[in-house]
Amino acid sequence: MTLASPMVDAAAVATTAVVMLETRGLCKRYGAIEVTRNVDLCIERGARHALIGPNGAGKTTFVNLVTGVTEPSAGSIYLGGREVTSASAQKRVAAGLARTFQINTLFADLTVAENIAIALSQRLGLAWKLWGRPAAHAEVVEQAAALLEQLGLLTLAARRVNALAYGQRRMLEIAIALALKPQVLLLDEPAAGIPNGESGMILDLLERLPADIAILFIEHDMNLVFRFAKKITVLVEGAVLVEGKPDDIRADERVRNVYLGRRHD
Amino acid sequence: MKSIIRNVLPAEALPSYRLRLADALPWLVALGAFFMFDTYMSLGAQILIMVIFGISLDLALGFAGINTLGHAAFFGVGAYAAGYYSLHVSAEPLSGLLVAALAAGVIGLLSGWLLLRTSGLALLMLTMVTTVVLHEVANTWRDVTGGADGLSGIETSPLLGTFAFDLYGKTAYLYALAVLFVVFIAMRVIVNSPFGLAIRGIRENSKRMLLVGTPVHAKLILAYTLSAAIAGIAGALSAEITRTVGLDLLSFQLSGNILIMLIIGGVGRLYGAFIGIPLYMLLLDRAAAIDPFHWMFFVGIALILLVRFAPGGLLALAQQLRQRLVLRLTTPVKENK
Amino acid sequence: MFSRFVVSCISLLFDGLAFGMVLFLISIGMSITMGVMRVVNLAHCGFAMIGGYLAFMLMTQAHLPFAAAVPLAVLGTMLLGALLERTVYAWIYAQSELGQVLMTIGLTFVMIATANAMFGSTVQNIPVPAALHGTYQLGAISLPVYRLFLIAVSCVCAAGIWYVLERTQVGAKLRAAVDNVRMAACIGMNVKAFFGITFAIGCGFAGLGGALGADMFPLEPYYALNYLVLVLIVVSVGGLGSIKGTLIAALTLGMIDTLGRYFVPGAGGLVIYLATLVLLLLRPQGLYGKKMS
Repeated sequence: MTLASPMVDAAAVATTAVVMLETRGLCKRYGAIEVTRNVDLCIERGARHALIGPNGAGKTTFVNLVTGVTEPSAGSIYLGGREVTSASAQKRVAAGLARTFQINTLFADLTVAENIAIALSQRLGLAWKLWGRPAAHAEVVEQAAALLEQLGLLTLAARRVNALAYGQRRMLEIAIALALKPQVLLLDEPAAGIPNGESGMILDLLERLPADIAILFIEHDMNLVFRFAKKITVLVEGAVLVEGKPDDIRADERVRNVYLGRRHD
Repeated sequence: MKSIIRNVLPAEALPSYRLRLADALPWLVALGAFFMFDTYMSLGAQILIMVIFGISLDLALGFAGINTLGHAAFFGVGAYAAGYYSLHVSAEPLSGLLVAALAAGVIGLLSGWLLLRTSGLALLMLTMVTTVVLHEVANTWRDVTGGADGLSGIETSPLLGTFAFDLYGKTAYLYALAVLFVVFIAMRVIVNSPFGLAIRGIRENSKRMLLVGTPVHAKLILAYTLSAAIAGIAGALSAEITRTVGLDLLSFQLSGNILIMLIIGGVGRLYGAFIGIPLYMLLLDRAAAIDPFHWMFFVGIALILLVRFAPGGLLALAQQLRQRLVLRLTTPVKENK
Repeated sequence: MFSRFVVSCISLLFDGLAFGMVLFLISIGMSITMGVMRVVNLAHCGFAMIGGYLAFMLMTQAHLPFAAAVPLAVLGTMLLGALLERTVYAWIYAQSELGQVLMTIGLTFVMIATANAMFGSTVQNIPVPAALHGTYQLGAISLPVYRLFLIAVSCVCAAGIWYVLERTQVGAKLRAAVDNVRMAACIGMNVKAFFGITFAIGCGFAGLGGALGADMFPLEPYYALNYLVLVLIVVSVGGLGSIKGTLIAALTLGMIDTLGRYFVPGAGGLVIYLATLVLLLLRPQGLYGKKMS
């Protein structure tokens, strides 16, 4: 299934922001523990939306709920206006959703190019074909080469993943998601584990992402957040504390308290 | 124009099994054996049948990462199907192969659909129990399977109407070799295909595959079904060549044996079966004449050491040695100061 | 006539009970080691075989009485288990599930070959002491004394295991380890020593089952493989790490097997295996096992 199915009609494009991803009243409970509490989130086309919050706030759980890895206890999820709450993870990907993982989730024993080729051949509808080498499919080769070149990984194309440096693996993690030509991209701590001095690669990559993709990213690295985010949602103990523009969030008293603790005068 | 575009990725970025001179080797050896050891043709045919069986297991285990202790189920079903077909419908061998592939494939499809939702230990258990269930069914269903006595007196008409099966097993050997060749080509094509890449991806990281939009369960079922069909063909060959089918073809022991033989050769490497299985069976043939228990001892030790020190099997070991040798030969000698 | 039918039914059930209890003894060790250490240990039946052969050796060659030979055999099995756990199993722990299957099968092969080299391939009988010969008359039903003894010993063992697990600190630690090994290590449990002791005790029970159950589970080199499927079924149906589950599964299997063999020979196995298949499909963790996330 390709992404040709229009999720937006031409008229809507001309008007204001189109909502690509929306959750309404999303909840997740494990027994008596509420991990996600009534989260309403709205992400438009071209968004650069950050999801921040202290550890254990439920950010990754939220991404798992949205991508279909975890089943919600209540609430609904909409992708491009269509409800996907009960759709499988696989169907949501086919509908234009892609994610990266906080911990590298790559194909360890395969080459860098093969990692991309898997995603490409899935998107191009080739993955059921029982004959023909992937290298013989021009679309796969061209698109893999183009993507790898964009990310500066082309020279590493023949290397196995377990021979890559950590930073390069992080880039590959994002590359696989991009190979799916998603309309909504969820990045779970893209700069995780990368020392501040070396996060240049990731920063450059994020800046060059296509303008019309809707991006939601979880991050702890505040430099990254305030550099890219046009909108920030703060999640605390599973619920939305506050949402707004970066400057407003920065100045917000409640956010400061959550991160730094309350002032005792 | 297209070839220029195709050189855009570095070499070996999308590796696949390419034809090299060394690929002719196993076939030359097999043909050589035909001419040189013509009194050992029945053992030879047995080995070829087991290699086909091993290849089928490699597809499921080595390439798709499906941990199965129950592959004998498909071998046995294929054997019984071919045997029954020969006794009651037609003794024509090639159609017997197709019937067996179909029967085993259907069992593979059904059991794959049911079982492949689980993984790890539960899957190992379920595949084992499935084999044992089928074993019991065959044991009780005397009318069809002959129960504990099995099927005997299976006739096999001449191949393609002209090549009759002789007493020395020469036709049988070449028949098995031809089937192995076809199966091997098919296997190679599948493994090199986008589907092959997808199932290797599932083996490496099925969570990632899911989040790339792959219908993982469906792909695993297809791989499992194809693997079952090939195992069924091996079973059918066994029935047609030895002219008997027994309950031991549907046993947990056979599942275990083929697993061990394949592991010794090396999983997921296409040629692992070609190395591990003939080696094991030839040594077994020699050792069984002396003392089967001594053989068990050595296999046991070998298994422990192999899994610990050479998990890729003999093939991986050979490749490592070759690499080390190449390195040593091409590195200039350093001066000692 | 009817009463004769009832009598034979009762004595069949009794036999099934005895068979099931021995199966429980052999399986409980495997359930606990697989539940606690998460190791697929296909060599477990080999330890039962070792216990049987040790008892045999002590009685026929060292001429020890039954009452001394069996406990010593159990001890010997435990020591061997502890030794192997420190050496070979250290390698096995590090493997994937398939690797563990292969290595423990390899170990089983070595055990079988060794048993054959030492004792030959014929079935060996462990002589039962005179005190346990004969039958006990309960009205019209004659119950073999030895089987009564077996059931009694197994019940004591089951009760003992239950008591230790549910009522003592050690047991609580073991249950914690079954639940979450990493956490248990974090709260200061000496996991290595714990595993070693648990493994040895599991082997000890298997050895006891092998030594006592030699009339229902004949002692010969292939013992280690013959009952593997049965024990694996008991363990996976009962649920890894669950005493209650193993007991129920072992007894049920024992009954079905014995009754089936009498009434519908051949189909008994089919019933067991089909039931196992269905159960594991619906509940992969078994009756009382922990649900894997």
